[in-house]
Amino acid sequence: MADILFAILFYFATLMFVVGLLYRINTYWRTPAPLLIPTTPAPTTQTGVVLRMTREVVFFESLFKANLWTWSMGWLFHASLALVLVRHLRYFTEPVWGWVAVAQPFGMYAGLTMLLGLCGLWARRLFVERIRYISTPSDHLMLALLVGIAASGLLMTFVTHADVVGVKNFFQSWMQFSIGALPGDPVLYIHLLSVAVLLVIFPISKLLHAPGVFFSPSRNQADNPREKRHIAAWAAEMEK
Amino acid sequence: MAEVAAPPYRVIPIVPALKPGAMEGLKPFIASEKINEAIGFPGQLVEDWHDRAIARMGELLSKYRSLKVYMDACVHCGACSDKCHYFIGTQDPKNMPVARQDLMRSVYRRYFTLPGKLFPKLVGARDLTREVLDEWYSYFNQCSECRRCSVFCPYGIDTAEVTMAAREILDSVGYGQKYSNEIIGKVHRIGNNLGLPGPALTDTLEGLEEDVKDATGIDVRFPMDVKGADVLLITPSADFFAEPHIDSLVGYAKVFHATGTSWTLSSMASEAGNFGMFIGNYDQLRKIAMRIREVALELGVKRIVVGECGHAWRVAYSFWNTLTGVGDGADPNDRFAQMLQKQLDHRYKQPTHICEFTWDMIERGALSFNKEANDKHIITFHDSCNVARGSRMGDFAGGQFEIPRNIIKAVANNFVEMSPETTREQTFCCGGGGGLLTDDLIDLRVKGALPRMEVLQQVVDEHGVNFMATICAICKAQFTKVLPIYGFDRRTVGGVHQLVSNAIILGDK
Repeated sequence: MADILFAILFYFATLMFVVGLLYRINTYWRTPAPLLIPTTPAPTTQTGVVLRMTREVVFFESLFKANLWTWSMGWLFHASLALVLVRHLRYFTEPVWGWVAVAQPFGMYAGLTMLLGLCGLWARRLFVERIRYISTPSDHLMLALLVGIAASGLLMTFVTHADVVGVKNFFQSWMQFSIGALPGDPVLYIHLLSVAVLLVIFPISKLLHAPGVFFSPSRNQADNPREKRHIAAWAAEMEK
Repeated sequence: MAEVAAPPYRVIPIVPALKPGAMEGLKPFIASEKINEAIGFPGQLVEDWHDRAIARMGELLSKYRSLKVYMDACVHCGACSDKCHYFIGTQDPKNMPVARQDLMRSVYRRYFTLPGKLFPKLVGARDLTREVLDEWYSYFNQCSECRRCSVFCPYGIDTAEVTMAAREILDSVGYGQKYSNEIIGKVHRIGNNLGLPGPALTDTLEGLEEDVKDATGIDVRFPMDVKGADVLLITPSADFFAEPHIDSLVGYAKVFHATGTSWTLSSMASEAGNFGMFIGNYDQLRKIAMRIREVALELGVKRIVVGECGHAWRVAYSFWNTLTGVGDGADPNDRFAQMLQKQLDHRYKQPTHICEFTWDMIERGALSFNKEANDKHIITFHDSCNVARGSRMGDFAGGQFEIPRNIIKAVANNFVEMSPETTREQTFCCGGGGGLLTDDLIDLRVKGALPRMEVLQQVVDEHGVNFMATICAICKAQFTKVLPIYGFDRRTVGGVHQLVSNAIILGDK
């Protein structure tokens, strides 16, 4: 029974995630940016913009300037999450890609640093007066959800030792649209359920910061207003 | 305004404790019916303000990618929370950039997102009630659109964009701010923000010619409406009469004189400032900018140079090409922009900042200075927010920081920097920008100046600084008012071209 429920849940969650995200990205893409508003000093060329965006996305450059605690915890969490995600690719590839295999031990310990980063961020949200003031219940729940995912994952890795072969078989079948057997493990259920919830809320929550950063005009525009005329379609209408 | 007291300097400039509601009651005067209607807004708060505000918000969300992305992307990380000068000075948590944005984001979530419609409490979504609207009016008129928060935001969220959208929504339901809207009326009716009519302007300029003649013995001209002049100078109208602004106007004229440049002012476009940006209204922004295009075409000028004004330079540098075609690189089929761009001389950047003009002339060796004339000054430089974070000068990123400093160093011997966390891209707003330079907000203006005053005090104590140069009309007016409240001489503030004016050696060209 759990097999069927989880299979359906993941089809649903994946669909929500993909469709929701594409819809959002499409909206951002199609909404015009009528004025050039890069936060200056800004790169004057497209290559420069790519570099600025890369520094922003990979190193969190602006956050580094803003606050070292938030930066270190935030960066630790995101970098760890990236490793953990890479590690999880082994469940979806057969044979496992070479670089994914190489990343396995790193990904295992990244789970720990991910949890550490999350706790650091949560501590900041709880104990720094300003951050507590701006936090909504959903901000705390989001952290709770991520902590739940990380903690249940770590529990399976280091303590209960889930049947990873069984899980892999389940997802290999799932990808072929057939329902295999899912190991009957309550910790695994919690882990998968939390991940499904995360996928569903991703396109309708603040997790939209992930695609959003690439569309942020103050970061993705080149500083060249005098050299090239920039005009949105709705603004050009006024000249007719 | 003697009853307004300066807040004490922070012993260690760390993040202040929160004082919820500290600035709650503060509201600038509301625009009268006459003022609003003169610029096409409803005279007073309309009956169906709720529906119209939400509709306008939806429209803005579909027209401005910035607003759309900024409403979605914030994760409440708090990177911006201690970066606003108004928060530092007032300690009111709603003056934290993220909290200011959330005043609008909460409404966005309620009406435009699924979780906000289903679980408003959970995600901090709110109905747009009259209380919320009043809160918008109060706190979106406590933001100077200086963009300091956007430097630190990991997603580049710019509160200025949110403030502009909020003011636009408020204007669209008849809840406009008197100071900005009255000024926009004046610029259309009379030609400049101060409401100086053409004849008064001509008188002032003639008086200036006499003053300069008396002081230097040289006939420096201040030409007006000269057809066929090479350079059209667009400068903030405060330069025509306010102190210390006028000393910089004299500086520009001396530079033009010494380099033998043919130039003119315009009586019709006697204003560089563009308050259309402050209220976030594209139509007004465009309409005000169009005056410059029209005058440039009418006079047939080859170059457009902009005087010392912060937000005006942002509008000129970043928006004029978009709004009016003052610039380069228009599509060959773009007849509107080509009409003007064909006339302009593209060996020079269009528009050109007066500092770019002067620095270019200094580099070419066309100007010489008696630097000792500025020896009475120990000078520091206050980067104006809109120049620093919303524009550029020269050919390279950051030219807006280097060029004014280069000029100061070329015309004076004593220059020191203020603390690096408060200059260049991290500069603090003077506290009076973005449509807040009005006496009904003096309390806010004094408190907002705190972070700048603290670091000015440092260089005064350590280096004996007695002159803070800046290139913005609003900075000059704001500091002139606020400096005495912090115990400084009001004449501590002045323009970069005021220093140029002191030191320039005029030939007999």
